[in-house]
Amino acid sequence: MIYNLPFIAVVAMILIGLYAVLFKRNLVKMVIGITIIESGVNLFLITLGYRWWGENGGVVPIFTSAPSEAVKSAPESMVLPVPQALTLTSIVIGVAVLALMLSLVMHLYKHYGTLDVMKIRRMNEE
Amino acid sequence: MSIRTIVAIVFFSILAVFFVFTALMLSFGEPKKTDMDDYIIMHTQNETGTNSGVTTIVFDYRGFDTLGEATILFAAVSGVIMIFRRVKK
Amino acid sequence: MSEMSKIVRTLSNILFPFIMIFGLYVIAHGHLTPGGGFQGGAVVASGCIMLLVAYGSTWVFEKIKTSRLSVFESLGALGFIGTAFFGLFFGGWFFNNFLVRNGIIFNVVPATGSTLSNFNTAGVLPLMNFSVGVKVIAGLFVIVLVMGYASSLKEWKQ
Repeated sequence: MIYNLPFIAVVAMILIGLYAVLFKRNLVKMVIGITIIESGVNLFLITLGYRWWGENGGVVPIFTSAPSEAVKSAPESMVLPVPQALTLTSIVIGVAVLALMLSLVMHLYKHYGTLDVMKIRRMNEE
Repeated sequence: MSIRTIVAIVFFSILAVFFVFTALMLSFGEPKKTDMDDYIIMHTQNETGTNSGVTTIVFDYRGFDTLGEATILFAAVSGVIMIFRRVKK
Repeated sequence: MSEMSKIVRTLSNILFPFIMIFGLYVIAHGHLTPGGGFQGGAVVASGCIMLLVAYGSTWVFEKIKTSRLSVFESLGALGFIGTAFFGLFFGGWFFNNFLVRNGIIFNVVPATGSTLSNFNTAGVLPLMNFSVGVKVIAGLFVIVLVMGYASSLKEWKQ
């Protein structure tokens, strides 16, 4: 069970982010919670494609000055490269969503004068 | 302890039990064997001429996804500029 | 935002060329080592944002207009799509790698197995790396500049 430690870390990150989104009243703390959930999902995508080999673990699939005994037993000693390439796209999408969320929070602060979600809702009902 | 705190603790403990049970059933270090990744590792240096297996997937074997990602970056930057515009009188 | 003290300004003047050279190295060697267009662009954009924090956003916004930075970003996007269309003209399909074996530059195929790094390899990939790097630098810098300038106007403070 100690070898499943990366998956337990993913579950911990998603639960902490979900707690910050549901139970906090400040708008900036909710945005930070969404970013933590996104980091947890990216970590899950990378640890799905790891392949164990030998006694030191898998080798990254780059052939520039690679260790020669990893190149001889070629497709079983290298880590799967496709999940790593798709995680790059996911990180860039996270940056774009964070930029738009923060500019909308600034616009809300200019219009209502406060960052508390309950007070904004009461001001809207009058 | 109000009702809200009790409901919060019960909800989070049920969710944590589901997630941890799923995480312990996965196997770390033994993924399912696919033919696509083995083909890409063996034929990278011959067909594309790169030494790196990850960059050639991003730009050569799956270049269409990189085109979509560049479009997302462009849409985000134009959205941020549009929110902070001042209309001159 | 107003500017910072003299020690901060002098240190960021000294550190900025080293950060820019490291970022351009990560962009240019994307087909040999881990890295590439997106990662190197983020490193150079961090260096430019460090200069923006040290000198104050009101002074920087008057020197650099956002319309000139938008030209940079559009050039990067057009370079990426233009390289993909050249593959359609010279071969059979979209995103064709037309410089691998019989091209003008970048036309060496390395030997199989573990080799030393040769910069002249890997057909279209270095051109695409440079285009995406320029696009990411301009995009991230414009986002932080516009947000920093807009928060210092008088109608946004309460």
